[in-house]
Amino acid sequence: MTRWINVEVRHRIIVAGLWSAAAATLAVLALIIGIVLWNGLPMITWSFLLEAPKEMGRAGGIFPAIVGTVAVTLLAIIVATPIGVGSAVYLTEYTSESFLTRVIRFGAECLSGIPSIIFGLFGFIFFVIQLRMGWSVMSGGLTLAVMILPTIMRTAEEAVKSVPESYREASFSTGATRWQTVTQVVLPAALPGIVTGIVLGIGRGVGETAAVIFTAGSSLHIPTSVFSPARTMAVHFYILAREGLSMPHAYGTAAVLVILILAINVTANWLMLRFRAKTS
Amino acid sequence: MRARRGEALIERVLLFLALSAVAMLGLIAVFIFLQGLPIMLEHGPGSFLLGMRWAPTKGGFGLLPMILSSVIVTLGAMVIAVPLGLACAIFLSEIAPRRVANLVRPAIQLLAGIPSVVFGFIGILIVVPLIRNYLGGPGLSVLAATIILGIMVLPTLISIAEDAIEAVPKPYKEGAMALGCTHSQAIFGVMLPAARGGILAAIILAMGRAVGETMAVIMVIGNAAIIPQSPLDPARTLTSNIALEMGYAAGEHQKALFATGVVLFVFIMILNSVATLRVVRGDRR
Repeated sequence: MTRWINVEVRHRIIVAGLWSAAAATLAVLALIIGIVLWNGLPMITWSFLLEAPKEMGRAGGIFPAIVGTVAVTLLAIIVATPIGVGSAVYLTEYTSESFLTRVIRFGAECLSGIPSIIFGLFGFIFFVIQLRMGWSVMSGGLTLAVMILPTIMRTAEEAVKSVPESYREASFSTGATRWQTVTQVVLPAALPGIVTGIVLGIGRGVGETAAVIFTAGSSLHIPTSVFSPARTMAVHFYILAREGLSMPHAYGTAAVLVILILAINVTANWLMLRFRAKTS
Repeated sequence: MRARRGEALIERVLLFLALSAVAMLGLIAVFIFLQGLPIMLEHGPGSFLLGMRWAPTKGGFGLLPMILSSVIVTLGAMVIAVPLGLACAIFLSEIAPRRVANLVRPAIQLLAGIPSVVFGFIGILIVVPLIRNYLGGPGLSVLAATIILGIMVLPTLISIAEDAIEAVPKPYKEGAMALGCTHSQAIFGVMLPAARGGILAAIILAMGRAVGETMAVIMVIGNAAIIPQSPLDPARTLTSNIALEMGYAAGEHQKALFATGVVLFVFIMILNSVATLRVVRGDRR
């Protein structure tokens, strides 16, 4: 077999190619964040953050959208966390591998693959129409809760699983029941891992548009109760950008979103590293 | 005695919670199908799946342009994402020094966290004008959506493919290198073939993400409900069809959008099930 190029040289070329693929991916990320922050940061002032929008968002600030985002995401987390953590505890502490656990895991995996627009359709017909919640923080929050449930479930399960068996044995040997062991020993030890899942869930909620726009609505008023409609920042940004209402305000909103997502990701990573260091 | 009864009750409650994910999946399926299926059956599934004309207020429910556009855009995105994503996965698991990998990995996670509306916005700002100025056409096009989707699915593809490569037993690589292979020959000749099940699953799940992506696609694809004749033509995907018209649709029109949801749901469930099949993943546990 004739080789027109030395294998060692070929190896070097391939390695260089792999480095450049990683560099290209990072460059795209840097480009996206760079453009948004470069154009958006100058917009971010206290009045932008704390004032109501004027003229449909062409002027003024984004305060109602910030309140809407916090309300919808918070509700989603409050609903999804106990369900997700409870599921994880059941799967790891109360049962062994069986047909049932496989069904539950498959269900969660499928749920995490459902596109957000389907959640939007479902939330609209189920929460908004069927349960008569209307376009509201409630409908949006519950829809988001279903959406982030698999994330919280999976991370909580990993966290609970990584608690050493000796912790449980020690607890049982003191005469503690299973539930006492779970609440007093296992969950505290798994807490950072569980919180990581919650933080990731918050990240998904904050950035979500398609599932929220048809359930929480796009009202520009500050929601006064869980049953009033709300507009999240992602929805606000989408409307500004798509309808070309105001580029500077779109950039400003995007910058707030991106900074939030950055902070959420850094927090999640920090938690995860701390958790790994502690358990290994 | 009372403690034991308490424990049994707790176990029931936890089982109930654990079943909620499956229950929600079922509920979603039931409600989407209940809304979308009757109108499909009434007008004949053929008129939906094979019909060319989308005019839902005038009895035109043809979804074929949207189905084809979704397929084209998804496959196009894979042309970009598979080589780039696999290269990144190989880089992370085999080439990168630990320090570099520990920086690159969270960065790629961050890419997954960027909201899809922001991707769409960047598409409008950069990709669309580039296409319009250098390749022609309106810029809002299949190609623009393909490029944006190709980037958006990278994190999914990279993380699952990386896991698959990491899971290849160490002796495979050591054996290959002991026989005199270079590192890259060991990667491409031995490790990738051994990890092909997981890599395939990664690609299929990435396809699921691409098919389901909505907001970014709406912003860059132009949304014309026609079968695109070239990559520079505008088109409309299943997801954008729903999101565009959901805001004002009523009656049969709204039901037709749920029917679009039914088609999308079936697509996604097929992709997800294939990806979790043991045969595909090649689990040897």
